[in-house]
Amino acid sequence: MLGFLFQPKNELEKGGRENLPVGADEQEPEKTCPNCHKSTPVSQIWDNRNVCSCGYHFRMNARQRIGMICDEGSFTELFEDVKTLDPISFPGYAKKLETTRASGKEDEAVVCGIGRIGSNPCGIFVMEPYFMMGSMGTAVGERITRLFEYALKKRLPVVGFTVSGGARMQEGLFSLMQMAKTSGAVKRHSDAGLFYLTVITDPTTGGVTASFAMEGDVIIAEPGATIGFAGARVIEQTTRKPLPKGFQTSEFLLEHGFIDAIVSRKEQKEAIAMLLMMHREENCI
Amino acid sequence: MTEAFEKVKIARSNKRPTASDYISNIFTDFFELHGDRRFSDDGAIIGGIALLEGRPVTVIGIEKGHSLKERVKHAFGSPNPEGYRKALRLMKQAEKFSRPVICFVDTSGAFCGIGAEERGQGQAIAECLMEMMTLKTPTISIVIGEGGSGGALALSVSNRVWMLENSIYSVISPEGCASILWKDSSKAELAAESLRLTAADSLEGGLVEEIISENNLGSDTFYAGLKEKLVNELIVLSSVSKEELTENRYLRFRAIGSGKKSED
Repeated sequence: MLGFLFQPKNELEKGGRENLPVGADEQEPEKTCPNCHKSTPVSQIWDNRNVCSCGYHFRMNARQRIGMICDEGSFTELFEDVKTLDPISFPGYAKKLETTRASGKEDEAVVCGIGRIGSNPCGIFVMEPYFMMGSMGTAVGERITRLFEYALKKRLPVVGFTVSGGARMQEGLFSLMQMAKTSGAVKRHSDAGLFYLTVITDPTTGGVTASFAMEGDVIIAEPGATIGFAGARVIEQTTRKPLPKGFQTSEFLLEHGFIDAIVSRKEQKEAIAMLLMMHREENCI
Repeated sequence: MTEAFEKVKIARSNKRPTASDYISNIFTDFFELHGDRRFSDDGAIIGGIALLEGRPVTVIGIEKGHSLKERVKHAFGSPNPEGYRKALRLMKQAEKFSRPVICFVDTSGAFCGIGAEERGQGQAIAECLMEMMTLKTPTISIVIGEGGSGGALALSVSNRVWMLENSIYSVISPEGCASILWKDSSKAELAAESLRLTAADSLEGGLVEEIISENNLGSDTFYAGLKEKLVNELIVLSSVSKEELTENRYLRFRAIGSGKKSED
């Protein structure tokens, strides 16, 4: 009954720790799947391209994706020197940029470059979900615009992975204008007969959905990704109606005719390589 | 109240002239065209062919309406995808017949609803942005009240963008910004100030070409002044080739956030 009084209060009272090799008592961190609620060691999920055994696609950072999609050693980054200028001196934004940059590997919400996918040369942009939720400010808009202009000059197709909360409000109207700017660059690239493939990943919303995410010649999406213009919560509050099942998912968009296909991560590289091959200028009449 | 938030209130007032007031006072013989030929006719966007000093032009406006009945009819000026598709249809038609396009922009934002998402609100706006950029005819957009985010931008990828003195143009509503960033929608006044959404801010940032004075707003002299401005600007825009027109439009938007100045 009074047993609790005699319980050891610290490691020393227990007799101290054994001298185990460093790290031996640390368990490998696990990730719990929001879909099947199963916990799986991180390395095992990563071996499966960040996909749970149930098929749930976890988010991926931009570099991981580039490693997964591009032929080994083929990726060259471009326009990494383009940085935002905090155009409206929004309160707290400079500080926020500083801390976000310090805490992660990226300095903006998109990585652009050129590379090869299944031996097909192409321009590539991959948005970064862990940098201010992939939001589009002037630097993101400028990097993507430059990529399309570069691809137009070199007559290269563009493959773009989107993940974004939309326009970055801390850059005010300047960020809204990036929707028009990037769309203009996509249009010029398109009018020159060049191929643009979008891969929409979770989540892609707002100003990115309403610009370059929806402008591809072919649009594919990852399974279960949230894709929409207005936020689901906002719609629910405004309309006071329950949202239909699966609202704003990849499957919902496929059903309504807004994307071409849902392609799982496992099959992505092969599908993208095949589509690029089919659009190579030397392969067309 | 902050000065910026005062402007927000003025811009939203239902006593301000709406798109249809501008159309009936500046143009003659307005013939309204309906429907997107895909799904339906959106009341939030009105458009058609009219004469400006005898010259045929395509006029498109986001209409809010004045009375409650009108506001309901026009969906409070928040277009659905079919509205943007109607606008684009009229713009492509204008291009075919070499008519200039004049857009009156006044919306709190694109309609937010289940149907709008089902019918591709994002895709409809994206298509407007892409197609407007290369439209081979002169285009002028005027923000007359609220320029609410992507829903306003969809009709504003023009050679010239003007703003009424008390209109606003913003990436997000001040209320939305306050509730997302500071989890407190009562900080909307501060957000309005921080977002730099007034006409003067936009002019200073090089995002619009001109501010239209609101002296005698809604009077005959006001409309006559704006009409003269439009006529003169269309003479300037019509003096260059179609290729230059689209090139200048591209460069106008290309310069925003690039660290360089527009050469237009």
